Amino acid sequence: MIKRFIALALVVAVGSVFATLLFGYTPDADLNLTARYYAERTAADLGAANIVTAIVVTYRGLDTLGEVTVLFLSASIVGLVLAKGTHAPHRTPVPVGELLTTGTRFLVPLILLLGVYVFVNGHLTPGGGFQGGAIIASGILLLLLADPLKHFSHSLISAIESLAGIFYVMIGLAGLFLAGGFLDNRILPLGTLGNLASAGAIPLIYSLIGLKVGAEFASILAALSETEEL
Amino acid sequence: MAHLAMATGFLLILIGAWGALTNRNLLRMIVAFTIADTGVNLVIIAVGYMRGRTAPIIDGAVSAADAVTRIIDPVPQALVLTAIVIGVGVTALMLAYTYRLFEKKRSLDIRDYTDLKG
Repeated sequence: MIKRFIALALVVAVGSVFATLLFGYTPDADLNLTARYYAERTAADLGAANIVTAIVVTYRGLDTLGEVTVLFLSASIVGLVLAKGTHAPHRTPVPVGELLTTGTRFLVPLILLLGVYVFVNGHLTPGGGFQGGAIIASGILLLLLADPLKHFSHSLISAIESLAGIFYVMIGLAGLFLAGGFLDNRILPLGTLGNLASAGAIPLIYSLIGLKVGAEFASILAALSETEEL
Repeated sequence: MAHLAMATGFLLILIGAWGALTNRNLLRMIVAFTIADTGVNLVIIAVGYMRGRTAPIIDGAVSAADAVTRIIDPVPQALVLTAIVIGVGVTALMLAYTYRLFEKKRSLDIRDYTDLKG
């Protein structure tokens, strides 16, 4: 009871801080200095129509590399923690029903296509590698729901994951030699703003990120699904 | 609009904090953390919102020249994009550890895990 009271006091204290922040908050009328720079220079400098993508992939590309690394680490640790070497051969499959099976056959190719579309068009439309990768992983999840005993090739998943990572870093290094710096997208021609083949290396990098994120999420899902039933 | 989104975000953070502090079930605590995570993302997004402006994408509606006066702040969106992905990774990690803990002691109650208490 006393613990509950302490928790309540803590939540009320944090809540009053939040309330002060909320009532003292006035939305900006103009973009701040950083945002203004991105808004003014993205189209001319990087040729990307989606400014968020330009920030994520190029301006703050190093952070994104770190983020992908964090995701890779968490996927590996999930695999490590859950791996006991034994799959569950004695698991009895739960009948999933006609609707889910047929729906999966119909939907999974479409979901994968949508995922690829989202990350290939990351520099033009809302979306990008992380979103596209998550959509691809949702297709994998649907496959696992329809057939819980389905076994995914871990070597294939990790091959896609590692190759995408290696190429990502290599494109970044190419920027060091051919353009202005690490992960500079201007190693390829910028093209016309708004075209699919524009924004230099951004579509390439974001597609690699999409593959990598999709493979990482898929490996997390596969590790969770293949763990022995309790 | 920004205030509404921000208030919702703060409320979600508080709900998450309350849930994480009062629940003893590990899975419920993970859900609480996820709710708080969503609240943080919502607050950051709300900070970048500006009335009467549009998404930071240059297309037919916004030309490159008038982008400065027409788009909302793209930086919080890029931050939240990162935060969501890291949140998924952290949640997956928590679930994996919980699974192992449950396997060890057949219990999801945090009070059963006092091994590190002196």
